[in-house]
Amino acid sequence: MGMTITEKILAKSAGKSRLTPGENVWLNVDVLMTHDVCGPPTIEIWKKEFGQEAKIWDKDKLVIFPDHYIFTANVHANRNVEMLRTFAKEQNLKNYYDPGTERYKGVCHIALAEEGFNVPGTVLFGTDSHTCTSGAFGMFSTGVGNTDAAFIMGTGKIWEKVPESIKFTFNGKMPDYLTAKDLILQILGDIGTDGATYCAMEFDGEAIESLSMYERMTLTNMAIETGAISGIIAFDQVTEKFLEGKVKGNYEVFKSDSDAKYLKTFTYDVSKLRPVVAAPHSPDKRALASEVKGTKVTKCYIGSCTGGKITDFRFAARVLHGNKVKVPTFIVPGSTAVAKMLEEETFEGSTLKEIFQSAGCNIAPPSCAACLGGPIDTFGRSVDGDVVVSTTNRNFPGRMGSKNAGVYLASPLTVAATAVNGSLADPAEYM
Amino acid sequence: MNNKISGRAYVLGDNIDTDQIIPAEHLVYSTSDEEELKNYGRFALTGVPPLQAGLPEGRKPFVKEGDFTSEYSVIIGGSNFGCGSSREHAPLALNVAGVKAVVAESYARIFYRNSVDGGFLVPFETPKKLNEVIKTGDEVEIDLGANTITNLSDSKTYSLNSLGSVYDIVMAGGIFSYARKTGMLAK
Repeated sequence: MGMTITEKILAKSAGKSRLTPGENVWLNVDVLMTHDVCGPPTIEIWKKEFGQEAKIWDKDKLVIFPDHYIFTANVHANRNVEMLRTFAKEQNLKNYYDPGTERYKGVCHIALAEEGFNVPGTVLFGTDSHTCTSGAFGMFSTGVGNTDAAFIMGTGKIWEKVPESIKFTFNGKMPDYLTAKDLILQILGDIGTDGATYCAMEFDGEAIESLSMYERMTLTNMAIETGAISGIIAFDQVTEKFLEGKVKGNYEVFKSDSDAKYLKTFTYDVSKLRPVVAAPHSPDKRALASEVKGTKVTKCYIGSCTGGKITDFRFAARVLHGNKVKVPTFIVPGSTAVAKMLEEETFEGSTLKEIFQSAGCNIAPPSCAACLGGPIDTFGRSVDGDVVVSTTNRNFPGRMGSKNAGVYLASPLTVAATAVNGSLADPAEYM
Repeated sequence: MNNKISGRAYVLGDNIDTDQIIPAEHLVYSTSDEEELKNYGRFALTGVPPLQAGLPEGRKPFVKEGDFTSEYSVIIGGSNFGCGSSREHAPLALNVAGVKAVVAESYARIFYRNSVDGGFLVPFETPKKLNEVIKTGDEVEIDLGANTITNLSDSKTYSLNSLGSVYDIVMAGGIFSYARKTGMLAK
């Protein structure tokens, strides 16, 4: 019996020749990532358990991106960032990216890719459920809590139950109105928010191969919304090109065997798919954009690790160019690199930033911002009975701030079309 | 870890996500400062929509206004309990509020791990949905040896799934005490 890409990577990390789904193994971790919300409690647990003079197992493998609550007057949130700053200094950490300095990067999952921490064949853990994003690079990555992260910080090891894999194959050529966000919302509607609990989601097929790394990251980012431990896309030429100049040295590339065992397989023809949304209050409440068009909307939001990448803004600019938004529209680049690209990249003679400004959008500096609500003064936070159409990944009750608000998750094309239309719109009509 | 856990039940629906367990705006408090830590108990389950809070009737706050702990110590949930974010503040908040165990049909992976590895509470899985047969306020008793939960209000007993491979970590009280016990970490 062959092995899946996930089983091969975990076997290598566990120092074994083969693994079987369901068995518990101790993994050697290649990179541990944390941020301002979970970093401080992780450090406190680590100090409590390993002592005040404890040493990090390998301080070059610890990466800290403050990104959640950055532009706020909240004293507790600012204290958390200050705590990370002090810790990085005390431990002499080279991979600390301080807010307020040129080193600040923005949202951790995008920054991990841009700074070269996503390396094919490796194992990455992070104190954030969307750590699964890095799987787009043919690696195993997943989220853990503070205690597990503190254990890794001290030992470089963690136990994991080897997951079964579920394969999602997307055939055909992507129509211009369809994005990776539509693909993952399509899957969520089919299998639900616990449809892949504890499984690894593996994506392949002609349509996946045609996607840029940033679009692939949208797919693996939302693997967690199905309950999956991870999402993964095998290394190919697109991955190789992205990694040029970012990852130094050799890395090992893995692929699933043709006789690997899958718990289930799903096959889609992308030419038959249409733009979809997830209606309030669950990422699996799928509806066709054409079915819900006309729904009253009070805010549009383009940002986050899912929907704040340069590719998301390129999609949005195509629709917003030469138009004015009819509802307040909030733009939050995922990283400082993305923010810079908005000022440099042009479409029809204008920079993306100029297009958004002329359309009347509000633009903020990079951070997680209102994706998860955040402190009261967070940019774009939902209030009262807001109805938000957003490129983010979750629409649980209260997720973007107000408990009484409703959030529609959608592609950047759908959000931009909605902003221009003033009520929920089908982007296929704006192409 | 005692062999029996008893207390009053607080019943919730399916897909209780971590934003409902502890809304993100509260994730700023220290987890080591005793006074600040109490806030996690105070705001535990405040993200649950009122009609879903304390089933079957709803509108039963988990923690009373002004209190930092709950009168309920066993949560009865449905499927996919703890889905969403990796925030360990979720099982921590329930623990600070006084919860000893959650009994649910299924869990999201990270919440389950965090509950076990952090030693915050025991996450029991059930073969059947119990959030339709146990009511908020019922006195329940969990027997870890027999893998059962008994509703003392009507004397009905239901089976729980075995804790399986995490049993030893649960009994040790978390991943660190387990690793010390087994010699993986120095005592």
